[in-house]
Amino acid sequence: MPLLDVRNLCVEFKTADGLFKAVDGVDVQVDVGDVLAIVGESGSGKSVSMLAVMGLLPWTANVTADAIVFDGVDFTTAGAKQRRSIIGRDVSMIFQEPMTSLNPCFTVGFQIGEALKTHLALSRSERRKRSIELLEQVGLPEPERRLRAFPHQLSGGMSQRVMIAMAIACKPKLLIADEPTTALDVTIQAQILELLLELQNDTGMALVLITHDMGVVAETAQRVSVQYAGQKVEEQCVQDLFVDAHHPYTHALLAALPERATTRTLPSIPGVVPGQFDRPQGCLFSPRCAFADAQCQSAQPLVQSESLGFARCHYPLLDGKPLQASEVRK
Amino acid sequence: MNDENSPLLIKASNLSRHYQVSGGLFKKDVSVKALNNASFELRAGRTLAVVGESGCGKSTLARVVTMIETPTEGALNLDGHVISGDNPLSDEQRAQLRASVQIVFQDPFGSLNPRQSIGRIIEEPLLINEPTLSASERESRARQMLSFTGLRSEHYERYPHMFSGGQRQRIAVARALMLNPRILVLDEPVSALDLSIQSQILNLLIELQERLGLAYLFISHDLSVVKHMADDVLVMYLGRIVESGPAEQVFANPRHPYTQALLSATPVADPSRVQHRIRLEGELPSPLNPPKGCAFNPRCWRAEDRCRSEAPELAMLNTHKVACYFPL
Repeated sequence: MPLLDVRNLCVEFKTADGLFKAVDGVDVQVDVGDVLAIVGESGSGKSVSMLAVMGLLPWTANVTADAIVFDGVDFTTAGAKQRRSIIGRDVSMIFQEPMTSLNPCFTVGFQIGEALKTHLALSRSERRKRSIELLEQVGLPEPERRLRAFPHQLSGGMSQRVMIAMAIACKPKLLIADEPTTALDVTIQAQILELLLELQNDTGMALVLITHDMGVVAETAQRVSVQYAGQKVEEQCVQDLFVDAHHPYTHALLAALPERATTRTLPSIPGVVPGQFDRPQGCLFSPRCAFADAQCQSAQPLVQSESLGFARCHYPLLDGKPLQASEVRK
Repeated sequence: MNDENSPLLIKASNLSRHYQVSGGLFKKDVSVKALNNASFELRAGRTLAVVGESGCGKSTLARVVTMIETPTEGALNLDGHVISGDNPLSDEQRAQLRASVQIVFQDPFGSLNPRQSIGRIIEEPLLINEPTLSASERESRARQMLSFTGLRSEHYERYPHMFSGGQRQRIAVARALMLNPRILVLDEPVSALDLSIQSQILNLLIELQERLGLAYLFISHDLSVVKHMADDVLVMYLGRIVESGPAEQVFANPRHPYTQALLSATPVADPSRVQHRIRLEGELPSPLNPPKGCAFNPRCWRAEDRCRSEAPELAMLNTHKVACYFPL
């Protein structure tokens, strides 16, 4: 049984102009020791789906799911108290902008101690000892001095290390990292990614990495789930995804990477991601897809088999060519 | 593209820009050397990319080239006019030069006035620089420019909030091209855009360069984009150029340890690639208190005593220029 098993997750937001479907029928399975990357462009619902698992969405969000089971506990039926005791201890999350995620009014030591105080029965001195241990673990020099530092005294890379220390304070079984390096420079990004993988390796925790950077995916993930306009369109292990993407969107996205370009003019995807009011009737990618036909425009595609990367497509690609209807086993 | 005879549009020699920063109530003011001794050239039809991490001075360089800032030392020859700290331009010259150097900013959500229609936004440069044009002439030129940059004529009356990021960046490019500039400074033009939109804008920029013979000063931290776009590259670290030369040479054969570390730290979208990552310790030092000698020495694995005492000059080494005593 997977550590995290999310089935048919939907998130809708009540807006002034009606309901906006941010996440549409997403499944996520994460096993112990897994490194799953969720990739997608802005508005693909990758962050919102994980925030829904964590229960961090505002009241305007309407979260429904067949199941959100973490380690045997179903969050859809569990009480708020039970849920709170798990979140922050066994599942924790780090966010994109370390500078704005830390509270500027409190010291680093206070903020790390808070997580320990809430979830573990440790005395004051034990908490301090553990905080120092944690800061050492995430590679901050002079941890004792850093405990007294305020967030504004830290650089971006250091703040992200503090965020990671807070997230792993209670030895979580699952760590969700939401674009952990997007706001950081390349050399610092390399340090932080290395740290996350090292921690994952040492503690055996599962890691979910939300990102839009295909380079980061290729270098860190084991499995990749691709999202588009709130739907999961493909899931494969990382090697296969980069060799043979089955969904036309993934295929086009990889072709658009400048480093994979063979000609001076880059292959590009025409149009933009559909918004709240122009969601197509059939396949959501059909208006931009090079292979779309009448069926794509009228009927929502079903999810294909595992050998076709669970592609949500009528004509999934094999070696870059679309399979015909007769070849596809529904 | 490799045309050495095309006109020289930018020639910077020992360009520096220092800022005075208050050191505190009872302390002396300190000077931040945001740009230090930069020399480079840019010819028409070519792309010079500036890469480096935050705080390395690439945006200061853009601000000096676009004449938002005047250089404190050194001289900048822009399209035949010399700008230096002690030779400021007259207003007339400045206005004339501003037409030939234009800039496209990083964030298309922040760089367009939400209260102005697209037509007004892209007509504004004409309104200021060619006041003799009639309103109908301005409008027809604006509509032409819209179709030229891949937008539609009916977008003329619309407002920025009705456009996506990629379209807004097209509008920003259209505005920059209204005065027929010869140099376009592109300050991270695609880093705020999604991957599927990024290639549309890069293609537009390539096409415009080929059609108009524009010179691009392309500022970016994304090395895969730079590799695709650039003819020449400047690698900067803490206000100094540490390596410069033709893009293929710098990428294939980096000589400065920092360039090599930067290249190795950049994630490559190929899971089967074997990683040889150079792990840089520590972070960028504060520009207020830069290290003595070579600015990179505290993080460099090849640093010796000499690096800690005197700063190396940029010097030619076989194929391109490097500022290092112990190049790779």
